[in-house]
Amino acid sequence: MAKTPAELYRERTRRVEDAIQLKVPDRVPLVVSFGLFPAKYAGITCQDAYYDSEKWGAAVKKTLLDFKPDMYHGSAIVSGAVLGHLGCTQVKWPGDGVSPHHTHQFVEGEYMKADEYDAFFEDPSDWVVRTYMPRIYKNLGPLKSLPRLSSMVFGYGQAMQVGALAAPDVAGALDALVKAGLAARDWQAAHNSLHKEIIELGFPLVSGPSTNAPFDMVTDYLRGMRGTMLDMYRQPEKLIKACEMLLPLLIERGVSGARRSGNPRVFIPTHRGSDGFMSLKQFEIFYWPTFKKLMMAFIDEGLTPCPFLEGDWTQRLEILLELPKGKVLGHFDRTDMKRAKEVLVGHMCIRGNVPSSLLQTRSPQEVIDYCKQLIDVVGKGGGFIMAPGCVVDEAKPENIRAMIDFTKEYGVYH
Amino acid sequence: MTDNLVDAIADLKEEEALRIVKSKLDSGEPPAKILEASRKALEIVGARFAKCEYFIPDLVYSGEILKEISELVKPKLKGATQLEHLGKCVIGTVAGDIHDIGKDIVAFMLDANGFEVVDLGVDVPARKFVEKIQEVNPQVVGLSGFLTLAFDSMKETVEAIRAAGLRDKVKIMVGGGQIDDEVRKYAGADAYRPDAVAAVLLAKEWVRRA
Ligand code: B12
Repeated sequence: MAKTPAELYRERTRRVEDAIQLKVPDRVPLVVSFGLFPAKYAGITCQDAYYDSEKWGAAVKKTLLDFKPDMYHGSAIVSGAVLGHLGCTQVKWPGDGVSPHHTHQFVEGEYMKADEYDAFFEDPSDWVVRTYMPRIYKNLGPLKSLPRLSSMVFGYGQAMQVGALAAPDVAGALDALVKAGLAARDWQAAHNSLHKEIIELGFPLVSGPSTNAPFDMVTDYLRGMRGTMLDMYRQPEKLIKACEMLLPLLIERGVSGARRSGNPRVFIPTHRGSDGFMSLKQFEIFYWPTFKKLMMAFIDEGLTPCPFLEGDWTQRLEILLELPKGKVLGHFDRTDMKRAKEVLVGHMCIRGNVPSSLLQTRSPQEVIDYCKQLIDVVGKGGGFIMAPGCVVDEAKPENIRAMIDFTKEYGVYH
Repeated sequence: MTDNLVDAIADLKEEEALRIVKSKLDSGEPPAKILEASRKALEIVGARFAKCEYFIPDLVYSGEILKEISELVKPKLKGATQLEHLGKCVIGTVAGDIHDIGKDIVAFMLDANGFEVVDLGVDVPARKFVEKIQEVNPQVVGLSGFLTLAFDSMKETVEAIRAAGLRDKVKIMVGGGQIDDEVRKYAGADAYRPDAVAAVLLAKEWVRRA
């Protein structure tokens, strides 16, 4: 008799959780970060994915039901309507700045200037509302002219300050905020119900909550790559202080997300701490301390940090041994998986790393050959989850199928 | 004293390097000599990067120091003191991809190592590569891409270069983000390199052989 979705849900959860806890599951579990693949596979445009949550939801469900991975790794798609209402300039998205057939793309920049650390430290919320938001959302430009936010806290005597909110241009910005907010609520509601449906179809979500390593928050969204790298030389104390200041906010984001979703696995994409981006010594000074504290805070809360260790971490594997056994799921991209297994065996479950180039440009047989290697070497004794190394936006469907079907057949442990 | 400047830059001692440059300029040293020293220093930086002693932050910082030096030197540079070029390279991020951080580092390193670099920017259609190649006759073409969507654009760009009858006239290298040797094969380019320093070494080798 066919298993019910609820049975499949339990079986799949168990399979993945066993692997994370370093027990030997029934077979090698398998998850895919599909990104925008579902749009291409189901024949809608990427632009549809950013504007029409119904079409997108149908595409995701079709993809899951046709390929049947063990879990759904959510695609982080931000509503095009929300970005449009805000006039977001930090990203270009299909329909506004990039082709309707491609993913959204980030616009690198120094969104916090080298001399703005102190303003940020002194009053972060004020800096974010009056400096940062006007900078990245062109329709919120007028928020610049608001009085300092804390000036409103002195009781009824300050009530007259609200006049600033009705200045015509500020009122326009507030109107944009309300429109964006309404669009965001619709979008969120649609995506929440999609996630519920996916669960009802029998697919657990890999992660509910997500957060970032503190250093990455600074380098991605505040100082930019160039800015952060210069800060490492010119004002290292401030860079470290910013990471420390962001740490509690990023812990809170993960913990509250886990509470809201009931999902204990916290997704943490990691960006500019990998090999090449800095020396091991710099990593130990700038990146690792707050990243480790972040993960330890989740473990203390009974949650499972799931860092996506993007790029190449081959030179940094040993440091991961500082994390407790069986409590973390590490997703590798371009790391040498054989080395990763040697170093982390019996310590940390690893996920990865079928290359995007293989999935996109080679044949199913070549994909199978690669997967066989992974299962034989990295899958040995459990503690391994088969997955692509990267978000597979433009992979060939037949190659994804080959990876999945082969793993289900060949990856059986007992 | 020149060695001092070379070391200061190569060791990423920003203040010291700038101080030396200022005092050299004040004492009337020819600006071309200072630029010569900068280039030498950058070669050392490149070599340290290749040995994994230096990483991207060090490249970025050395680039910043060099920029500051050239600002100081520029006003004193009268016309024809241009350094001789090793060769020409046309570079850009391929169609559909708007990322420039990786490409910019490669362009900067090629430039600082003595190449004349024509940077076409981001989201560059194949046609634009072809036109520029016809116009400036480079020995080297660099295609950068960040996302997997660049794989097909790279292939289309190489095909367009071939269709225009230019394939034998240029060497094409690819790199950036998710690009690897499989993508190089897929696109029909001549070589893949994983970082900016390797790209420079390869370009130098190509122009030497040409
Ligand atoms: C930092 C980062 C981000 C930052 C912003 C980066 C930016 N400015 O755009 C943020 C957090 C905003 C981000 C967002 C997203 N990202 Co991102 N990101 C990264 C990350 C970790 C590093 C990229 C980086 O900063 N590179 C720095 C530059 C300097 O490196 P580089 O371009 O490779 O260049 C070097 C070499 O390659 C070489 N080189 C470059 N060009 C050339 C050219 C030639 C000719 C040669 C020889 C050499 C060469 O020289 C350079 C210096 O040595 C990568 C993974 C990784 N480690 O590469 C993922 C990655 C690019 N991101 C990815 C994804 C999926 C996304 C998102 C879609 C996620 C989402 N759902 O929201 C978004 C939007 C896409 C985007 N990036 O625009 C995927 C791409 C997947 C795909 N299908 O292509 C990656 C590969 C991660 C992964 N493994 O899945 N990202």
